[in-house]
Amino acid sequence: MRASARIVAEADGRGGTRLAVLRGESPLLLRRTGPATAGGATVHLVGGAAGPLRGDDLRLEIEVGPGAELDVRSVAASLALPGRPGMPPSRLAVRAAVASGAALRWLPEPLIAASGCDHRTTTHVEVAAGGRLVWRDDLVCGRHGEPAGDVRTRTTIRYAGATLYRHDLAIGPDAPGWAGAAVLGGPPHEPAGAAQATDPPHKPSGAGWATGSVIVAGPDLPPARVLPGDAAVMPLAGPGMLAVAVGTDIRAVRAALDPLCDPVPVPTG
Amino acid sequence: MSLATLLVLADGRLPAGGHAHSGGLETAVSSGRVRDLAGLSGFLHGRLATSGRVAAAFAAAACARTAEWPVWDAGLDARTPSPALRRASRAQGRALLRAGRAMWPVAAVGREPHHPVALGAVAAAAGLDPAAAAVAAAHGTVTGPASAAVRLLGLDPYAVHALLARLAPECDRIAADAASRTAAPVDDLPAAGAPLLDIGAEQHATWEVRLFAS
Repeated sequence: MRASARIVAEADGRGGTRLAVLRGESPLLLRRTGPATAGGATVHLVGGAAGPLRGDDLRLEIEVGPGAELDVRSVAASLALPGRPGMPPSRLAVRAAVASGAALRWLPEPLIAASGCDHRTTTHVEVAAGGRLVWRDDLVCGRHGEPAGDVRTRTTIRYAGATLYRHDLAIGPDAPGWAGAAVLGGPPHEPAGAAQATDPPHKPSGAGWATGSVIVAGPDLPPARVLPGDAAVMPLAGPGMLAVAVGTDIRAVRAALDPLCDPVPVPTG
Repeated sequence: MSLATLLVLADGRLPAGGHAHSGGLETAVSSGRVRDLAGLSGFLHGRLATSGRVAAAFAAAACARTAEWPVWDAGLDARTPSPALRRASRAQGRALLRAGRAMWPVAAVGREPHHPVALGAVAAAAGLDPAAAAVAAAHGTVTGPASAAVRLLGLDPYAVHALLARLAPECDRIAADAASRTAAPVDDLPAAGAPLLDIGAEQHATWEVRLFAS
């Protein structure tokens, strides 16, 4: 299935944001939601079909013009599924541009890498100097008790014409060492022997593990700190910060990262 | 190209401060994530596929195109979200430059470049090619934590070196891939991240007592 969707948000000249373009097709269907009073606009991705499945090629373009504010969310987690064998990997390419004085907050529900999936997500965001970005991505490694399929994500965040953050992540059977203690795995904070005693036999390594990240770019950044659990807020070399969390399930990731996304981070100037 | 020169550069006894860094293993041991040889194996595979792949690509690029070092240095900044890991990489880059300059006429690459940039520049000065710079980089990302594991966990050094031997073909594959990409734009170079290495490095930097610098 091939599908493309496009959102163009502009300042309406009265302190609010209007959606000059809001166009999608199944499974990338878009709906404007929420009150139009708060200055910004909110758009939800509403899944129009199961997937992504192998062979799917999905593209989403987001443009936020000067002075406009846009939140993009999704109504439910997306579940990458195997689809027919022999088909190419499913792909989702998201491109976003944020103008000076504009704000984009990308806060979708997690991507779940179901067993046997083969999925690629590519993200490219260009933020002009003076623009503000909050970019959240959560990934769950398999549904409950099943081994993760293959997911590769490729993220490029540029700010004021320079690359602020480049990050690739690969999980699944084709990714060497992803479930090891350097990347996402290894039994944390348990005395020796406890994992063997409590884990069900033959539980696949890394099943149900989750990770999430929030990139904040622009003038108003939250302070750096080590968060409880396996999470940290880190100032990037450029004008931005990354919060990243790893957990044995998505709840641990949400507990660490949700407070950074909702409510709107308050400028600490 | 001189294989003996490559051995000089990749030797763990090179006085470039590498022994002071555990490559994230000290935190992984402390958190209980690495307890034994199997845990170390998973750690080393993941580190080689992420940090090793990135270091190899940037060492190769800095060897082939040393004059463009600010581009590679900025590319590594964008791939290293942890401030503690940026500091560790630059401290090791500075130490390597000092050792390298005692041996060969190394081109100017700033006072404290990221370690792979320094490695690429030193390799070029030594007459090595980008594939050699890359293999030294990839190999170095696993030998440091492997020797730290012997000290931190008291693992059998023979068994630990057997792990390194099994990773050698993967180091070669990563180096060959890195050497084939030296003409690529910096944003297209590998950027494989390791969330637990980033988080662990930030936690480690807050410790009052630690055996290793990173």
